[in-house]
Amino acid sequence: MDRDSVALAYTLRLGDNALVLSQRLIQLVANGPELEEELANANIALDYLGQARMFYTYAGELEGKGRTEDDFAFLRDPGEFQNVLLVEQPDGHFGDTVVRQVLFDSFYLLQLEALAGCNDRRLCEIAERAVKEVRYHLRHASQWLVRLGDGTVLSHERVRASLDELWRFTGELFSGDEIDRAFHEACAGPDLASIEHAWRSDIRTLLAEATLEMPADGWMASGGRRGIHSEQFSYLIAEMQQLPRNHPGASW
Amino acid sequence: MNAVSLDNVVDDAWAILAEIPDPEIPVISLVELGIIRDVRLTDGRVEVDVLPTYSGCPATEVIEADVLAALAEGGLPNPTVRRVLSPAWTTDFIADSGREKLRAYGIAPPAGRVGKRSIFAEDRPAACPRCASTRTSKVSEFGSTPCKASWRCDACLEPFEYFKCI
Repeated sequence: MDRDSVALAYTLRLGDNALVLSQRLIQLVANGPELEEELANANIALDYLGQARMFYTYAGELEGKGRTEDDFAFLRDPGEFQNVLLVEQPDGHFGDTVVRQVLFDSFYLLQLEALAGCNDRRLCEIAERAVKEVRYHLRHASQWLVRLGDGTVLSHERVRASLDELWRFTGELFSGDEIDRAFHEACAGPDLASIEHAWRSDIRTLLAEATLEMPADGWMASGGRRGIHSEQFSYLIAEMQQLPRNHPGASW
Repeated sequence: MNAVSLDNVVDDAWAILAEIPDPEIPVISLVELGIIRDVRLTDGRVEVDVLPTYSGCPATEVIEADVLAALAEGGLPNPTVRRVLSPAWTTDFIADSGREKLRAYGIAPPAGRVGKRSIFAEDRPAACPRCASTRTSKVSEFGSTPCKASWRCDACLEPFEYFKCI
């Protein structure tokens, strides 16, 4: 693969992670536990959507075939998305949403910080912008994790179960494949081993604050980066793409 | 003839831009908000660099259209807008005059400067923008637009928005 092909493949994955998590959070609008969290989820989703747009626009330029951000978001089939499985997990109850957010944001923040130092100028710029937003999101989610974990017996138990349930999706974050390795070599991209090391340390500190134990690593789910997704992912994509698929070229 | 002198075209453009209100917070101009990064004359065209505040800020496209319309109306030659990402916009770019206008409008301006990586660092308004009490409580870290958080004054009991540090 040449350098542009590597950067394209990596950029599309960044866009897919951001878009799919955005869509999951958007599904909480009008279903939030309280008005303030409703606002928070919508705001966080909007930041991710903006990041996805920048990644997809850049991917279109790298590809050079005239595809736009909308083509990547709305006219690809589920099997063409290469997001990690963690971001497509259902919103569940509020504790599930918080844990998903903490686990992903704490990884994504480290990924973006590393990306800001890569040798692809455009990705550096996007990362420099996004890192501020994700740091804010992580702070918000972390505060909730501490409040729930170190809260009542009931909230502790429920969020502990959420953590155990979602832990099996964390292995995929760090199990790099040939695209991760090629991007690391060709573009001085993130080194997943050092990110994993930092992530474990950050998560361990946060979980201690939340009086939660770090789950043991058992079997880890993977496949998202090969386009193999969970059943519920197809429903998410179908809902997101419903309008442009049924009314091609619609605008207002 | 009302040919524009090219000598002053950059200054003229800045003067026009200083009058364009932010679409979501109309008391503050785009220049005061710190999102106009550069204005220059290139091959007889006025080029304006605009920084987005947040990645997903829906006002970005409106701002670009407002800039083009105002410069064209001001008679400046072939204005173009370029969206630039670097340096990433920060609330540190908001002018002091803009901070005071935000406060007078009822939005607490960002307090202090942006901190480095600190997950639990406190980011709180200096005072209630209405009664100036420092007894305030956070309602939500998010608000009606991406750049604001929701707060409440415990003295006058009024809710207010805080332009969060980022």
